[in-house]
Amino acid sequence: MPLAPKTKRNLVTTALLAPSGLWLFVFLVLPFAAMVIFSFGERAPAGGYQPAFTLAQYANLPARAAAFWNTLILAPVGAFVCLLVAYPAAYFLAVKADPRYRLMLVSLVVVPFWTSLLVRTYAWMYILGSRGIPNLLSMIGIEDVRMLNTPGAVLLGIVYGYLPLMIMPIYVSLEKLDRRLLEASADLGAKPVSTFFSVTLPLSLPGVMTGVALVTILLLGEYLIPQLLGGGKVFFIGNALVDLFLQSRNWPFGSAIAVTLVLVVVVILMVAMRIAWRISGSRQVDLV
Amino acid sequence: MRALMTAVYVFLYAPIALVVLFSFNAGRSASEFTGFSLQWYGKALGNTFLITALQNSLIIAFTSAILAAVFGTMAALGMQRLGPRMRAVFEGLMAAAIVVPGVVIGIATLVALVAVFGAINPAIASLWPGERPPQFGLGYGSIIAAHGLFTMALVAMIVKARIASLGRDIVEASADLYATPWTTFHQIVLPQILPSVLAGFLLAFTFSFDDFIVAFFVAGSKTTLPIYVFASIRRGVTPEINAVATMVLVASLILILAARVLMRERKTKSTE
Repeated sequence: MPLAPKTKRNLVTTALLAPSGLWLFVFLVLPFAAMVIFSFGERAPAGGYQPAFTLAQYANLPARAAAFWNTLILAPVGAFVCLLVAYPAAYFLAVKADPRYRLMLVSLVVVPFWTSLLVRTYAWMYILGSRGIPNLLSMIGIEDVRMLNTPGAVLLGIVYGYLPLMIMPIYVSLEKLDRRLLEASADLGAKPVSTFFSVTLPLSLPGVMTGVALVTILLLGEYLIPQLLGGGKVFFIGNALVDLFLQSRNWPFGSAIAVTLVLVVVVILMVAMRIAWRISGSRQVDLV
Repeated sequence: MRALMTAVYVFLYAPIALVVLFSFNAGRSASEFTGFSLQWYGKALGNTFLITALQNSLIIAFTSAILAAVFGTMAALGMQRLGPRMRAVFEGLMAAAIVVPGVVIGIATLVALVAVFGAINPAIASLWPGERPPQFGLGYGSIIAAHGLFTMALVAMIVKARIASLGRDIVEASADLYATPWTTFHQIVLPQILPSVLAGFLLAFTFSFDDFIVAFFVAGSKTTLPIYVFASIRRGVTPEINAVATMVLVASLILILAARVLMRERKTKSTE
């Protein structure tokens, strides 16, 4: 007996979504629930987790305050420095670049983002390390310059690692900009500078918001850059988490930190979307 | 303006170029080039730990990318058939899979899998008739599962964007001409979305191949290439790492460039 069209349609939809739905449930929703449960537990004597219901882990969060502060300061600062470099670059690509080469120039910016962050961070470790720039400096008589394992090195690594991700959304918003608005502004006697500040910049703010939010959120979970360029002296929440899970094996405390990190991410995301919504007057926010 | 852009490109590429250059250095210095040599590549390729790590990375990247491409495409096709409420739930979960930091994905997967294994391994052992019951543990499976989560959402997003840009009229025209839904799908829709599926596959492969932090948590005793590179960096910076890094870079460059060529087919102006 042939199935009714509606039933058949629903069956196909279910079949299409079953694998990914199952995946999302088993490897995202369930693990997240497990992590929340663990965060209310206690550390087993030999490490790991033992069931309990206590808020002790959350009360203990100030023990890792340094990691939170480093992250919550360096992530936005890093995103902001990124923005300062990215905006003119995106403006150049979208407005000034020769259209014939635009695609290639944009590709050149995007491609590094998809290559290994580990390798790109290693490059700076290599350059800032004792056999790199400090070695060159000592040849011209400047001795004992330490560049690696400083906040500056971490900031440099952040800007280097996330610049492409900041440039892209700004580029997209500038590229979508209606050129006629700029002409109208010029026709009405506005100087290029005032056209930029009263037309171009406000209209590109959604892209700026997206870029800042994306980079900040990714930086909140960063591990490699502070690990390799901060050398344990400038550590992020990500470094504290690796330590708690893989070295000291205090899983409940680590879970509490991870849950807190996710809450911070959610709050930042909501604030960013609220601002972007207010700026652009619509709920559409390109996240990636 | 032009000078600034040039500076941005130099900033982006000079450090990588330096790593590549010094992978061919005859000496160990990072600031003095003492002659051309392939010895570090020979050393790297003769290193059995490294080759094992590379094999593991390739197996994991290939499997998770295939899963992501197939299930992600199915999800993209399925999501547009959903009602607004279910669709919002699905899209929200996909967005979460992309936005939640890798560190957290790694931890959550680790915690959940260890809890599950802790429960089922003794159960299986008590029911197992033979001498040595199978033990579930972290390894290929857990890395593939965790990588698949992010990359599946990534593929779904890319393919969904492509479907959205396809006109409904072409599908309706096909139906008007009495094509069955299946015929319409594999004659009309599939050829149009295939480039973006392939691009998604390549991006998923690249992500998995390059990922360090997620695998670091859920790899168990398995070593992937980024985990190997990370461990050797901690032992000290050597030109051998430069050689490995160069090979990793070349591999991901080829993949990402192929992905971009495939994605370019669908739009004249790139908005990646």
